Amino acid sequence: MWKFLLPFAAFVALAVLFAFGLNPGRDIHALPSPLIGKPAPEFALTDLLDPAHAVSNKALDGQVYVLNVWATWCVPCREEHPALVAISQQHVVPIIGLNWKDQRERAQQWLQQLGNPYQSVAFDGDGRVAIDWGVYGAPETYLVDARGRVIYKYISPMTQQVWDSEFMPRIEAARRGGA
Amino acid sequence: MRLVPHAALLLVLQAATPAVVAAAPAMNAAAPAADSGPAAVDAAATAALAAPSAPAAKAALPVDANGQLEDRALQARFEEITKQLRCLVCQNESIADSNAELAGDLRRQVTEMLVAGKSDDAIFHYMTDRYGEFVRFNPPLEPKTLLIWGAPFFMVLLGAFIVFRIARQRAAMPLDDEPSTESR
Repeated sequence: MWKFLLPFAAFVALAVLFAFGLNPGRDIHALPSPLIGKPAPEFALTDLLDPAHAVSNKALDGQVYVLNVWATWCVPCREEHPALVAISQQHVVPIIGLNWKDQRERAQQWLQQLGNPYQSVAFDGDGRVAIDWGVYGAPETYLVDARGRVIYKYISPMTQQVWDSEFMPRIEAARRGGA
Repeated sequence: MRLVPHAALLLVLQAATPAVVAAAPAMNAAAPAADSGPAAVDAAATAALAAPSAPAAKAALPVDANGQLEDRALQARFEEITKQLRCLVCQNESIADSNAELAGDLRRQVTEMLVAGKSDDAIFHYMTDRYGEFVRFNPPLEPKTLLIWGAPFFMVLLGAFIVFRIARQRAAMPLDDEPSTESR
């Protein structure tokens, strides 16, 4: 009897594997971040809009914030931009931009044309801060809690739907958890 | 693409995991590829003209005209380490082989850490702290990587067991062409 069951079991196992592996909704490039639950890497960079100013995430200690990694060479970043602008107008948490390996003028132009959803944008021209955060593509969006720990990382363009389903519950939980 | 010797073992497993089987890259996220069109050309042009921060930082490193470290021992370690680190943009290439910009940034990081006198272990730790174990083509043998390292041996044993069983069954069966019965 088990001679017939064994191939059947193997078939079911493969079917489950493929159902998971070939699922079109799964981004095969998405990797789990080792940063989750760890303190957010500190940075102090120049402000994209005003190089004389510094942008540091130290100033955000004690509040929940979002760090969004973007660049003008990144096509999906343009795709997510309207969603970011809309989210920023809901004034839930500050959104900090990390402009990654970009050119200052282009990035400034981008914000002028498409709107600026960011409370401030740090200019990471040589990508060193991005390495600290484990960035390997753009756009990436991180959620940091009031204790300065990274609690979530989302890889892919932001949408209102993702914001509502993935970010809002975590933000509310982080706030309930208290600082 | 050139593979690190030890990576061959991992590839056996990866071939079985869906991540690589489903290689059709429904790329939701872009990466700073070296050939990202006009932006890259512009960047190169401005780099040549204005020489912003990146080339200046490079000049501080003890590298020769070919971009190799002057210290041969360090260069050898550099090559060994970068061969064992995965480029996260083009995930089956090492950062030694990849042309992606991120790979270039990580090579620079490795160079700087070597020059600063960091050990190989410290460099690998630096990378796994940021990108996870996935960044290593040659992960260390430890409890959580036991499955990766043990699976090939397990497969061989399983195969041997199956072959052994079939062989024993066949040995127990009478052969068709044996003149044991008089009916044929």
